[in-house]
Amino acid sequence: MFYFFCGVAVLSALVVLFSKNILYAAFSLVATFMAVAGIYVIAGAEFVAITQIMVYVGGIVVLLIFGVMLTNKISGKAMITESRNRFSAAVVMLSLSALLIYAIFQMNFTALQGQALIENANYKPTENLTNINQLGIGLMSDYILPFEIAAVLLLVALIGAATVAGYKERSDGH
Amino acid sequence: MAIEHYFILSAILFCIGMAVIITKKNAIVVLMGVELILNAANINFIAISQLDNIKLGGQFFALFVIVVAAAEAAVGLAIILKIYKYFSTTNLDEINQLKG
Repeated sequence: MFYFFCGVAVLSALVVLFSKNILYAAFSLVATFMAVAGIYVIAGAEFVAITQIMVYVGGIVVLLIFGVMLTNKISGKAMITESRNRFSAAVVMLSLSALLIYAIFQMNFTALQGQALIENANYKPTENLTNINQLGIGLMSDYILPFEIAAVLLLVALIGAATVAGYKERSDGH
Repeated sequence: MAIEHYFILSAILFCIGMAVIITKKNAIVVLMGVELILNAANINFIAISQLDNIKLGGQFFALFVIVVAAAEAAVGLAIILKIYKYFSTTNLDEINQLKG
């Protein structure tokens, strides 16, 4: 199942890379985000998976498609994007991925996992909490400051985006 | 599932996102590449958070990354709309006022 989601994610990301039509790219981006949400579920992060589907698929991709609609003259022909720098991109991509995968195989993850097991063994859970319970309690206790800062950041960013996109010069001088 | 597999998937997605950013001419597709890269980072956070399923630091960080990604997409698209109104194009190669 993990490899199925991996395959879907990588293949639809490659469609984003190679497709010339912007709308096809946007829809295969949906498939990528869904597959990544499935991977989150396999990794035991159910709440982050739901958030991923709601925010990315329900919000960001819709926003991107609105952007495509608003920045193209709708004339019945497909929305095409050109490519440039193909050769240098291929060089950068292949060398970077080779480097990263080599580095990942060099790392000693078993030591990290052993350390985590030792730390977890010392912890005595008082009650059985699900993932969402833990996240909710954490957001209201340990992570309250980042939570509030994220809320203010989102508010500022959305008001700023609405102002930037919708601002019109008034004719009466105010 | 071994944790290396998550890291390898994340590395591949990161490189594809990087290639999208480098090659595409349309600004909106470049934003899609940025989203792919942010997703790759989130996969790493979730994978590391498996090791530490008591404190769940990685999952909290992934949630905040998603919030910042939403803010970034909104502001980025607003700027692209303004650029489209000014230059009547979203082709990044034609927006070269600063080029000598």
